Amino acid sequence: MSQQATSEAVQIRHSGVSLPRQCEHDVVQLIPGANTVRLPIASSKIAAGFPSPAADHMDEDISLDEILIEHPASTYFVRVKGESMKDAHIYEGDVLIVDKSLTPRHDDIVVAVLDGEMTVKRLYLRNGIVRLVPENPDFPVIDIQEGQELTVWGVVTSTIRRFRHA
Amino acid sequence: MGCGDIDYSAFPSRLALIDGNNFYVSCERVFNPKLEGKTIVVLSNNDGCVVARSQEAKALGIKMGVPWFQLKELCRQHPIQAFSSNYALYGDMSQRMMSVIGQFSPEQEVYSIDESFLDLSGFPHLDLNDYGQQIRARVKQWVGIPVCVGIAPTKTLAKLANHFAKKRPALNGVCDLASLPANEITAIMRETDVSEVWGVGRQMSAQLNRMQIMTVADLRAASPNWIRQQFSVVLERTVRELRGETCIGMQDSPEKRQQILCSRSFGTYVSDLTSLQESVSTYIARAAEKLRSQQSMAHTLNVFIRTNPFSQKEPQYSKGITVPLPSATDDTLLLTYYALFGLERIFKEGFAYQKAGVMLMDLIDRSQAQPSLLDDVVELERRKRLMTVMDRINGEFGRGSIQLASAGVKPIWRMRQDRRSPRYTTRWGELVGV
Repeated sequence: MSQQATSEAVQIRHSGVSLPRQCEHDVVQLIPGANTVRLPIASSKIAAGFPSPAADHMDEDISLDEILIEHPASTYFVRVKGESMKDAHIYEGDVLIVDKSLTPRHDDIVVAVLDGEMTVKRLYLRNGIVRLVPENPDFPVIDIQEGQELTVWGVVTSTIRRFRHA
Repeated sequence: MGCGDIDYSAFPSRLALIDGNNFYVSCERVFNPKLEGKTIVVLSNNDGCVVARSQEAKALGIKMGVPWFQLKELCRQHPIQAFSSNYALYGDMSQRMMSVIGQFSPEQEVYSIDESFLDLSGFPHLDLNDYGQQIRARVKQWVGIPVCVGIAPTKTLAKLANHFAKKRPALNGVCDLASLPANEITAIMRETDVSEVWGVGRQMSAQLNRMQIMTVADLRAASPNWIRQQFSVVLERTVRELRGETCIGMQDSPEKRQQILCSRSFGTYVSDLTSLQESVSTYIARAAEKLRSQQSMAHTLNVFIRTNPFSQKEPQYSKGITVPLPSATDDTLLLTYYALFGLERIFKEGFAYQKAGVMLMDLIDRSQAQPSLLDDVVELERRKRLMTVMDRINGEFGRGSIQLASAGVKPIWRMRQDRRSPRYTTRWGELVGV
């Protein structure tokens, strides 16, 4: 049991596709005896008294968080439903990385709240005209009328799309 | 200035109390905007009692702590939506909210899951009403939670200012007592029931009422010495704080019963897991002691670590994790085991940690606790005796005389929540769909 759990933990840390941030942030399932095994970055034996020459070349682990998440406190993940953004390469089941701290600009892809519904669309914001524009000719452009309330929930900064499933 | 008015702008210290409006309800609304404007309640674990209410629910007269089954009749007349408490979500949203609030001052005290004090004394050049609005706007934008801000020379006054900010729409969610005319404050205090003062419970306000102290203004006008003789040093402190005199320092707040929080900034930066484990164990021991002294048990715990957000050159990391417990407990061994388990999952190498903390949440009275079928009753009894002995020894010989070397307990997974919303921020399988 403990052997199996250990190899699982190693796999999570090593597999490039899973986001470490979320793994670590999760409310965890308790596995008896499972302790995360920390993989050494460089594991040369160090001779007493002499610093290892490898020490100068040691790198930190790289993490997807560094390139995908600028503001951890305001970054959320949401799941795509439907194909209204397919021409922007956003497909059903993709995970969107959404930063709420960013001020939405014209042409941003945003998660918006319209009449209580959350939806992902491209934001048109020019000359006092506000639109939510789908990236799929089968879907209508949504003009925001006067008196209608549109809230931009957050700005989409990236998507995560898996090409191969386990 | 009228007789008895106090000019709070004459005091140098400025403390802010920031708290989330109807916090649990607001967390639900972030990911389910349709709930805006709807009547919502959040229920305690096992869907027992109301632990949070939306404004609409308060308007219907639904009280805190009411058993859910007693609302069945009301539900037939009004559409009321009830949620099981989703501590994974609330814990994560709390972490986010606190980290955003922490951007506004180097001195922050997280007081409960949804309340935080900030020391703003170092910003005499700022218009603090304006600064409060900035805090409000940023938390709303970054996290999605509406907050109110009360600012005053003391914590007791800041809590009160926060209450005014909530109740008076004209203040737009921010109230800086030092910026209001002294006679106006006195007038508001005359209209405010003495039970609204921090630390004055229902029982104590009944006692105060018998002595003709009905309002906040009455309490403030009472002689501190007389209050000490009639009541306690604690209430005397409250009176002094109402007068602008600082008696409760930062990191020094009395306990709040719904959660028990224990956290500290380290004297020096800490970067290894072992040191963090030691401090988290210490905090758990302290928190568990408090838990037992108020006859409660915790069903959920949260552990967090963070770097110093003000040392901009250093790489930043701030992470918390909510660990639901298989059954409510007040056992230091068990709590430590789960806290260290959580800590290991959030710990990352290569950061200079400045702060760590634990929060025990979802508290119930010990008398209400039911051992789950899987718990061994004999073992529980033995544990209870062990805890009593531990507390006695630590009471006699000083805190930390007896500590845990390690804990080896088999964890069990079980939790009943029929109306819980998805854990939007902590489970890949439960993200909100757009």
